[in-house]
Amino acid sequence: MKGASNPKVLPVVARLWRYLSRRRAVVLVAFLVMLLSNLLALVVPMLSGAAIDAIGTKAGGVNFPAVFSNCFWMLICYAASAFLSYLLSLMLIHLSQTVVQSLRQDIFQNLMRLPVSYFDKHPVGNIISCICYDVDTIGASLSTDLIQICTSVITVLGSLVMLLILSPSLSMVMLVTIPVTTLFSRWQMKRMHPLFRRRSQKLGELGGLMEESVTAGRTVATYACEEAMLRRFERKNIEAMDAYYEADAKSVLLGPMVNFINNISLAVGSVLGAMLCLAQQLTLGAVSSFVLYSRKFSGPIREAANIVSEIQAAAAAAERVFRLMDEAPEAPDKKNALPLSDVEGNIGFEKVSFHYNEGEEVLHDINIDIPKGSIVAIVGPTGAGKTTVVNLLMRFYDVQSGKITVDGANIQEVIRRDLRMAYAMVLQDSWLFSGSVYENIAYGNENATLEQVIAAAKAAKIHQHIMSLPQGYDTLLEDGGQNFSKGQRQLLTIARAMLIDANMLILDEATSNVDPNTELEINEAMHRLMKGKTCFVIAHRLSTIENADLILVMDKGRLVEQGTHQELLQNHSFYYKFYCEQFKKYK
Amino acid sequence: MEAIGVYIKPYWLRIAAGLVIKFLGTIMDLIIPWLLAYIVDDLMPAENILAIFQAGGLMVLCSVIALTFNIKANRMAAGISREITQKLRYDLFEHILYLPARERDKFTSSSLISRLSTDTYHVHQLIEKSQRIGIRSPLLMLGGILFAFQLEPKLATILLLIVPLLALVILTITRRGIPLYTSTNEKIDQLVRAVRESAIGIRVIKALSKADREVDRFRTINEQVRDASTAAETTMALTAPAMTFLLNSGFLLVILLGAIAVNAGDTQPGKIMAFLSYFTIILNAVLSIRKIFVLWSKGSASAQRISQVMSTPREMPLGARDYIEHRPFISFENVFFSYNKKVDNLQGISFSLQKGQTLGITGPTGSGKTTLISLLMRFYDVDRGCIRIEGENLRGIHTNQLRRRFGAVFQNDILLADTIYENISFLRDLPIENVKKAARTAQIADYIESLPQGYDTRLDMRGANLSGGQKQRLLIARALAADPEILVLDDALSALDYRTDAALRRAIREEYGQITVVMVSQRISAIWDADLILLLEDGRLVDAGTHEKLMNRCESYRKMVQVQMGGIAQ
Repeated sequence: MKGASNPKVLPVVARLWRYLSRRRAVVLVAFLVMLLSNLLALVVPMLSGAAIDAIGTKAGGVNFPAVFSNCFWMLICYAASAFLSYLLSLMLIHLSQTVVQSLRQDIFQNLMRLPVSYFDKHPVGNIISCICYDVDTIGASLSTDLIQICTSVITVLGSLVMLLILSPSLSMVMLVTIPVTTLFSRWQMKRMHPLFRRRSQKLGELGGLMEESVTAGRTVATYACEEAMLRRFERKNIEAMDAYYEADAKSVLLGPMVNFINNISLAVGSVLGAMLCLAQQLTLGAVSSFVLYSRKFSGPIREAANIVSEIQAAAAAAERVFRLMDEAPEAPDKKNALPLSDVEGNIGFEKVSFHYNEGEEVLHDINIDIPKGSIVAIVGPTGAGKTTVVNLLMRFYDVQSGKITVDGANIQEVIRRDLRMAYAMVLQDSWLFSGSVYENIAYGNENATLEQVIAAAKAAKIHQHIMSLPQGYDTLLEDGGQNFSKGQRQLLTIARAMLIDANMLILDEATSNVDPNTELEINEAMHRLMKGKTCFVIAHRLSTIENADLILVMDKGRLVEQGTHQELLQNHSFYYKFYCEQFKKYK
Repeated sequence: MEAIGVYIKPYWLRIAAGLVIKFLGTIMDLIIPWLLAYIVDDLMPAENILAIFQAGGLMVLCSVIALTFNIKANRMAAGISREITQKLRYDLFEHILYLPARERDKFTSSSLISRLSTDTYHVHQLIEKSQRIGIRSPLLMLGGILFAFQLEPKLATILLLIVPLLALVILTITRRGIPLYTSTNEKIDQLVRAVRESAIGIRVIKALSKADREVDRFRTINEQVRDASTAAETTMALTAPAMTFLLNSGFLLVILLGAIAVNAGDTQPGKIMAFLSYFTIILNAVLSIRKIFVLWSKGSASAQRISQVMSTPREMPLGARDYIEHRPFISFENVFFSYNKKVDNLQGISFSLQKGQTLGITGPTGSGKTTLISLLMRFYDVDRGCIRIEGENLRGIHTNQLRRRFGAVFQNDILLADTIYENISFLRDLPIENVKKAARTAQIADYIESLPQGYDTRLDMRGANLSGGQKQRLLIARALAADPEILVLDDALSALDYRTDAALRRAIREEYGQITVVMVSQRISAIWDADLILLLEDGRLVDAGTHEKLMNRCESYRKMVQVQMGGIAQ
């Protein structure tokens, strides 16, 4: 019944056991309690057999004291067994919930260590399905199936021992039944494994689609293409349900089959018992006990057979869970990685080339030298690779050739956390989370006081709006700040960046959705934010670009020109054209 | 649960058929111990060896029938529950797609996702398992009781005394369980939200090295989920020992009363033995029924959450047709609107626009620009006043028909993890020529064609492998691809450089001549050549007119222009 038959299941089970063994004491106590309560359950048929023997077969011949005393002990056993079984379920619930929680925690923990590229490639709905459905399946299996298996094994073994004591010849029947049942279950499990794996996988895919389409709800409504989205959904839905059914339809075989084997053995056993009784080898009470014991088999065995499918579902789920947990995290820092502290902000690019997909070079042979404290504007047509530069600076992605240095140190050689902490940044898509306004602003600096947060919000000109909210700074952002307009979200992230104590700053279209008046109002604050820092600014707004110490002009992944505004204008080349076009617009 | 009942109803015949098959199989299961008693009580004393073998053979036959029937019935149950769940999930999904924006906001995406996945799953479990054990177990119990009655009516009455007690226990506990499962599911919503947010914000989290904090945040929610489900399960776990103990006490009574009856010569011990064997069956059946109640409490908590969504009015209500002739193409007539019904987000907005014109909407952050176009596309209904398109009040137009006239790029539009073609065509099966034309107009065709797989190139999640400008241009191509009458662009050009921006505008005019454009922008430069410019401030229309007119008469507009263009104009 253990599934040890399947070589792929074994490591999964072993790994699950590691989670259980963290609560070894509880497992042990639970095991003992279960043993005890099962022993009690086994004693009862003996007592009832004795009671029936005491009743005898003749009217007036009942041995009442014996009946009473047996019944009394039975009552004690029942009460004790009820108590123990409740205790046991409490422990099992505790165990399974603890495992569920640790599994979820570990998945999430690893998730946060995965490289950014993982999230660019995998639907979050699929991850959610793994954390919710798959872990849940494991938990359900642990809390009910584990105990069922143990109970079944113990009941069956115990009953077998009792049978052996009662009548070795009768128990021969069971010695046939058990191996046959086991063999059948093993065969069945081997057959089922791929089906259950598919079931988990398909549910995950459906989850991915559901997440994406619920997120895209507004867009779907805009184009009134609900019908088409439904068809898309229906395909995945049918696939998932078919996979579910396939596994189901095959696994329902097991329960009735095991029941059948058991029934047959009962038929053979009773005929045999009758013969033995006629041959004066057995008492009537012994035959009755036999009947009870063998009925005792059927319950647990059938239950066990029924949950084999659940265990397999759990094993398949666990496989998926562990696969997600085993996704390679960001390459760990090199052994002798250097700490990076008191960054001055001298940055260099040396022959940097980079591509996301093989054969589609996004950056080619970039060489830049940026002294500390300078404001660097990156300009160029969209798709020129500007955002990629940010991805590389912060090591969201690693360069394939060449190197980027900070204060002379290759960023591949420094501790990644230190590198990232050396930046403050405002990115294109302002990300807020479902917490209070205060928490969102203080996100980059947990030690920030309310005063500092308010000061930052004031500087970012979002204070007034915050105060107009019903709970001010304690207002909760709904569903990732959907109750803020895009411009307001940007202002919040700017306030967030103001509280971060770092010597380098990245502004990637930081104010693209902020209205120009507000932008002007926060101008001074932005200058203060940028002061003394090495700043990378990606913007289309001229005013920002003009004042930059260094303008990098990028086109099609190449650094075509660099210099100050004046220098570049004198060159009359790419930047000049670029600049003039904007100028022309307003004439 | 009633909402789910509707889904089960069409299947009642098949469910009944499955029930009958299961019933027959179960009868076989019940006959076997009866045959046993017959062997022990009647055939053994009579020493009728042939009859014993015959009875044994009959037991084998019963086993075979039980096997085939049970498998058949289980398969049917799996099939029926698959179909019901598939339909339920489909309808729920459909309902969510058509949910008005206001309701959608209320539920939140994360909760809708968890209702679609976790809750439908629990209902599936309930329907399937209760068919499997829910028919077999009550039958076993009922049959067990009947056989017991037939065997020895006096002893069997003890069972009838226990049944109401059992019912009381299970019902009381289940009633307490349902709200506990509901609150567990609500915690799961938060878990889903945490995972979604962290996945989407991974760049910020990594940049600020906040992974630890996210893990802590997740831990808090994770622990809440654990506690909530522990509370629910602990409550439900009480049922098993309580019911077993009650039944076992009955078992004891049977032995005691049986002893008295045997002593009085009213019954034989063989009957008590058979009786006890039925008792075991009944006990197992009751324990199985208990499982259904556990599933029930879980399932009905989920069913409630599903029907909460399903009972929300789908789509905006369609009002009576309200048509006035000779109206401009688009007109707003004294429109008021509030999201929370407390503070007005738009107040007394009136303006009109002719077909083929360009409307520019500008104003500070949070002044109601996006709200205005949300109303125009009827994602929300106005509180007062009305909006008309070609004289038709929006309230009287079917939303599907209304929205087909629009192409729009919103601030939070997303790209699908699918091909570029599919992202532009966006499920509308548009001909490739239309898609290419739209891409050309949106100034993204060159880029697409430079890719090795062109329009078949697959995008990453939310278009993560594109730059901000590329994303916006794809979204614009999407908006144009179906040749809409009205193009709505909500700050949709903000990430474009000026050259691309200008080329794009020119191309729209050239390629889609008669299109009416509604453009929201913070920047005067983006809208200054519009036929009509609306300047919004705090939800009020400060002024409306052309650039020249506003320059002449509107002080705030002049100030804005000065601020924005001041540095460049000279």
